[in-house]
Amino acid sequence: MRLQRLAETDRAAVSFVLDGTPVAALEGDSLLTAILAHDGYLRVSEFGDGLRAGFCLMGACQDCWVNVEGGGRVRACTTPLTGGMRVSRRIVQP
Amino acid sequence: MSILIIGAGPAGTRAAEVLVSAGLRPIVIDEAPENGGRIYQRQPAGFRRDPRTLYGFEAAKARAIHDVFDQLRPSIDFRPRTLAWNLRQGVIDTICDGKASAVPFAQTILCTGAMDRAVPLPGWTLPGVFTLGGSQIALKAQGCAIGAKVAFLGTGPLLYLVAYQYARAGAQVTAVLDTTPFAVKAAQAFGLMRGGATFAKGLYYIAWLRARGIRIAEGVTPMAIEGSDRVELVSWRDARGTNHEAAVDAVAIGFGLKPEAQLADLAGVPFDFDPVQHNWVPRKDPSGRTSVGGVFLAGDGGGIRGADLAEAAGARAAWAVLAARGLAADARAVARLDATLAAGASFRAALERAFPFPAKLAADMADETILCRCEVITAGELRAAANEALAMLSPSEVNRAKALTRVGMGRCQGRVCGAAAAEVLAAALSCPAEQVGRLRGQPPVKPIPILPAEAA
Repeated sequence: MRLQRLAETDRAAVSFVLDGTPVAALEGDSLLTAILAHDGYLRVSEFGDGLRAGFCLMGACQDCWVNVEGGGRVRACTTPLTGGMRVSRRIVQP
Repeated sequence: MSILIIGAGPAGTRAAEVLVSAGLRPIVIDEAPENGGRIYQRQPAGFRRDPRTLYGFEAAKARAIHDVFDQLRPSIDFRPRTLAWNLRQGVIDTICDGKASAVPFAQTILCTGAMDRAVPLPGWTLPGVFTLGGSQIALKAQGCAIGAKVAFLGTGPLLYLVAYQYARAGAQVTAVLDTTPFAVKAAQAFGLMRGGATFAKGLYYIAWLRARGIRIAEGVTPMAIEGSDRVELVSWRDARGTNHEAAVDAVAIGFGLKPEAQLADLAGVPFDFDPVQHNWVPRKDPSGRTSVGGVFLAGDGGGIRGADLAEAAGARAAWAVLAARGLAADARAVARLDATLAAGASFRAALERAFPFPAKLAADMADETILCRCEVITAGELRAAANEALAMLSPSEVNRAKALTRVGMGRCQGRVCGAAAAEVLAAALSCPAEQVGRLRGQPPVKPIPILPAEAA
């Protein structure tokens, strides 16, 4: 699975860093959109049952947490992407 | 003393409008960066689709709500990006951009909305499975489909609406799989017709999908979502008992809506089990007033009634707030709102009966299915705890089961699994679902950063 961009694709490009690799996204993307349009997961379940990519997209399920350098753990679905953001999907012990 | 409106969707907007017209300046808090709520969510700056593309038949309503809110802005204290995470006696605790603030209130109108009701299925935690509402948000707020080949699975009006919106936007809709048999919906035809335009739109979406050859199956039993580290396949059994599968890379699931009523819970508002919508609903009078002084409810957070009635309920609750402050009400406006709310109730009941929550699907889920996706607790673990309780003849309800198994103890606080967990537990204890109760809300209602004590 990857999110498919169907509309609003003529926005300005921005880039961010995902797990150490530069990734292109679009201005106005949420962090969730920017990541999932590129690669189909957001986090690794801490209980060993595999990958997760969020669920509700409205800030309720808390299943889309990623780590942002300098910002700590954030909900990817409600966090706007900003250019140059450095994001990690690895498990970080609290 | 302040009036606090929590939620800037249709209910909160109309509540603010009435209060401002009475010369008051309410504080309006919303977790989102913009007003509109989920249904009339505004797209980010720089997006250019017109309201017709974004909201379809609801474009005029969305525009009206946005226009009213924009006109109200100078007259209200709007606090976007602000989470109301606790409600104490006369105080709502909020956090915005990491900054905490305790906001006292004389009256609050909780317009906290709803979220999708889920039934856990094998494979539902795989990347590529999203809620119906979430799938709609991806399209509306971000211009994205959740995958290249999408199945829609569940029941309720949103199932057909979102499938239609996806197909119209150019997404490949592989199948629409409805757990409700056609006959159940047909039996409600008379009641549904009272919905007039709303009913007609629903029929239109279904006809539109069928006309484009999109596979629609009714009365299905979902079997599994499969894949190694992402969705690859969805399988189901049709009404005749034949198994089917379809290759997809995303599945949107949803079985109706449930109120986001955590703040009402923290306020101490009593809840009742509504057998028609199969939800626990905070108790309120027809004006939205609760038994807790100063606490009023409007919109889907006070029981699912849909966006149109949310507008009426928001305005009605604002009049009730004015009455509580000893201010005169416009009797004709109030009578009109009461009539609208009463008239809408019978259509809503027919709609809920036409798309019932598949309680048996939840109750029958396989032992190895992950029930609580936060804590990764299976249905079997909950059943084992229930059987232990039975053996010891000790009374059991969901909060006790939560303490024993951690079901619903994760960071979503049981929002996602609570309804299904109650069905699993009730079936194991051979009692009706309402008898095992509901998971109580706890502050903070959503995770917040740990703050130094002096900041709180």
